Amino acid sequence: MQKKSKARKSMVSSLMPSLGSLAKRGLAGWLVIIGIVLVTAIVVVTMISPWIRPHDPSTILVGQPLVAPNSQFPFGTNDLGQDVFSRALSGGGIMLQVSILSVAICLLIGVPLGLFSSYAGGIVDRIFCLIMDSIYAFPGLVLAIAVAAMLGRGVTNMAISIAVVYVPSYFRVIRSQVLSIKEMPYVEAANSIGAKTRTVLSRYILPNVVPSIVVIATVNFADAILTAAGLTFIGLGVPVDIPDWGWDLTNGRRLLTSGAWWVITFPGIMIILLALGFTLIGEGLSELLNPRLEQ
Amino acid sequence: MNREPAHLLTVKDLAVEYWTRRGIVRAVEDISFSLDKGETLGVVGESGSGKSTLGLSLIHLVPYPGRIIRGTILLEGQNILKFGNKETRDLRGRRISYVFQDPMTSLNPVERIKNHFIELIRTHEPKVTASEAITRTRKLFKDVGIQPERIDDYPHQLSGGMRQRVMIALALALNPSIVIADEPTTALDVIVQAKILDLLKTLQDTYGMALMLITHDLSIVLERSDKIMVMYAGRIVEQALSMTLYAQAQHPYSQGLLKSIPNIELAEQKLTAIGGAPPDLRNPPTGCPFWPRCPYIMEICKIKDPPLFQTSKDHFAKCYLYGGEKSS
Amino acid sequence: MNESEIIRVEHLKKYFPAEKGFLEKLLTRTRNYVKAVDDVSFSILKGEVFTLAGESGCGKSTTGKLIVRLIPPTSGKVYFDDTDITALQKEKLRITRRRLQIIFQDPYASLNPRMKIGQSVGHPLEIHGMAKGTEKRKKVLEILERVGLSPPEQFMELYPHQLSGGQRQRIAMARSLILKPEFMVADEPVSMIDVSLRTTIIDLMLDLRKELELTYLFITHDLAIAKYISDRVAVMYLGKIVEIGSKQEIFTNPTHPYTQALLSAIPVPNPERKRKTLELKGEVSSAINIPPGCRFNPRCPYTTDKCKKTEPELIETTKGHFVACCQAEA
Repeated sequence: MQKKSKARKSMVSSLMPSLGSLAKRGLAGWLVIIGIVLVTAIVVVTMISPWIRPHDPSTILVGQPLVAPNSQFPFGTNDLGQDVFSRALSGGGIMLQVSILSVAICLLIGVPLGLFSSYAGGIVDRIFCLIMDSIYAFPGLVLAIAVAAMLGRGVTNMAISIAVVYVPSYFRVIRSQVLSIKEMPYVEAANSIGAKTRTVLSRYILPNVVPSIVVIATVNFADAILTAAGLTFIGLGVPVDIPDWGWDLTNGRRLLTSGAWWVITFPGIMIILLALGFTLIGEGLSELLNPRLEQ
Repeated sequence: MNREPAHLLTVKDLAVEYWTRRGIVRAVEDISFSLDKGETLGVVGESGSGKSTLGLSLIHLVPYPGRIIRGTILLEGQNILKFGNKETRDLRGRRISYVFQDPMTSLNPVERIKNHFIELIRTHEPKVTASEAITRTRKLFKDVGIQPERIDDYPHQLSGGMRQRVMIALALALNPSIVIADEPTTALDVIVQAKILDLLKTLQDTYGMALMLITHDLSIVLERSDKIMVMYAGRIVEQALSMTLYAQAQHPYSQGLLKSIPNIELAEQKLTAIGGAPPDLRNPPTGCPFWPRCPYIMEICKIKDPPLFQTSKDHFAKCYLYGGEKSS
Repeated sequence: MNESEIIRVEHLKKYFPAEKGFLEKLLTRTRNYVKAVDDVSFSILKGEVFTLAGESGCGKSTTGKLIVRLIPPTSGKVYFDDTDITALQKEKLRITRRRLQIIFQDPYASLNPRMKIGQSVGHPLEIHGMAKGTEKRKKVLEILERVGLSPPEQFMELYPHQLSGGQRQRIAMARSLILKPEFMVADEPVSMIDVSLRTTIIDLMLDLRKELELTYLFITHDLAIAKYISDRVAVMYLGKIVEIGSKQEIFTNPTHPYTQALLSAIPVPNPERKRKTLELKGEVSSAINIPPGCRFNPRCPYTTDKCKKTEPELIETTKGHFVACCQAEA
């Protein structure tokens, strides 16, 4: 087990080009770099927010309510008199937790399912495809809402709802990769030298599927964030006392009509930036890792 | 070089480079040759020899990021590299046509065969009506040995051999003076291959065009061409009539190649391979590109790329064994 | 079983279900099959190079894979060294795998792109628990050296994409040979390698045969190479063997019209040769709709009524030379 994970780590590191080499890979490389910078910046800001924010984001009435952005409150204040700037800095925590957890669940479930189902083929594969396609047919947000409504509030439940929606995507991507890799001579060769099925899957198929996994996971992060925001927006998110962009969106929306545009805009921008960051990484990696056009 | 009768095609000093992110690749360099009406020229080379690039440059169709950086290509006296858009379109398909390597993917799968022909003919000769084009297509099909009824088929309904015949028919549709066939039989089985090559010869007798056969298979060009150009690392290393090349190959690469191919008519054969591997064209060795694999190297070979020496009337070899500076 | 036979194949068949259109599937009950291998019997002697030759689609590659049990046969038997390996499963099959190996046509796809060369070549030893650690490394270095990759230490750490086709094919061989098999199937091993380099691989195979007492099943469409390397040759057409004989017999006295046509179509590197191609009508029939009687008869220049009715068996015409033709005489 230990050897396998060490082998896996070195395989992954051999796959992921170092940041320096990324810059040399043209536009795609730059997309990845910009994406990484964006995501890292936001994660860091969220983590160090307790030390850099000017006010405690949860304290009410640090200023007059509904004050437009000015020199004292660069992002203004909301209806409770809370500083929007501090809330923008601190509100990413829930979102990040939910998206990381949901991606982890998807990986743990979607990847092995995709691997085994497509390698096994036959009726097993058909059944799983049927299940996955059925889930996939639902509009994502609607399904997430349905599941979240059943499970209730909380970070874990949100993560589960989102994961349910996205597992089929992982399944499909991995399945299509495995189907093509399965036919490659090096897999036939692995069989011909006597490798057991689990060896073939773990050392011959999985490592060659990893690039696709990385790509879909990063794009999935972006989706997860937006879905999490959506769930919170309609009230299926987390309890209110922690600063959370999603909650600010909900709140800000109703304040929009009274002209207080800043309450919804700034958290909204933060969400967009985070999702954008992940998307850029995913798009860039997708370009870099699949197909390798060598003249 | 003064009073020679004008050739149909004269190429001088052609060089093509590919500007890739990883560096500049000299795909083709220092190419000069001529082709006459009715002649069959075989261009033979292995991977990386530049033979396909050469073929494509003759119809000015080198794919991005390649560019023709030097040289002239004279077709009936006109330099095609100086053609404008209209003349270039007229060139392709009508004056020089190209048969691509892979018949499986060269035809549009959603168009009936006859539509390929109608489009081709009417693009170049707009006054021709569709029904006239179809009549011509039927005749072409007869010439290449396919039943005329099949012009209504879709490409997937035809076998590989038949698709290649369709490609050849397309190449002949406008009666070009030169047909360039790039690995026309590589994707085909040996019996079909022989039929296709026989067909090309018959058509040449009927239509009178010049044929350029680009392939990696030396046996094919020895059997079926009048003269041969051997390419290595983007250069012509030897040019000779087929008989001459067979009897007295001069360049060490040609000699090595001849010794490495099995001849089914010989009772016992000892084959020898050429050691080493073709060079990386991004980083070619200095001097003659073949020197790392050559059994006859001299000091000069590592320093300066040899010119093409003329060893007899129709025989050229790019090797210091045949002239030029000797090692000090 | 004959003392010197290492492989015997009896009435081997492999049928693949043919894809049908949706409506057809709904409305008809009959299944269509691609009869890739349709009743093939022959044996391979210890130490020989036995070539299975034919054009694409004749079933030669499928036969090779059936013999090393990479795919299970639809019916028929495969004997390896007097043991029936047709129905072996799981553990017994895995152990047998040590003795029967295969190398494939495409050197660019035969090696796991994510495994270093040293890992790929050493993996068989790991799988069968035959060596570990330093001993494994030693064996890997030895075999790399033996297939001509020198210095082997350098190659151990490289990835396949850093190597040429010829080198990759040698590594595929090294991987197959590290278990010291007795029998190897080589499926078009040089057709994707540059012409001038092919003999290096072929000569390597012949050297190894002597040194390691190997027997080869060589699969190719290139009869010129077949002539160079083989001891005996079997020509296949549309899933059946039409002719078997020694190299001399096949090349100097080809009896079956298909063999004759094949040989006459091969390009010869000689400008002075007068070509006399034996013309064959039409194209190869589909393996789903095999013509009745002799499957070659639609194309055969000598076809008679008898040919359309009876499917010929292999008859021995001269010693060791078998032909499947209605008009052949023993």
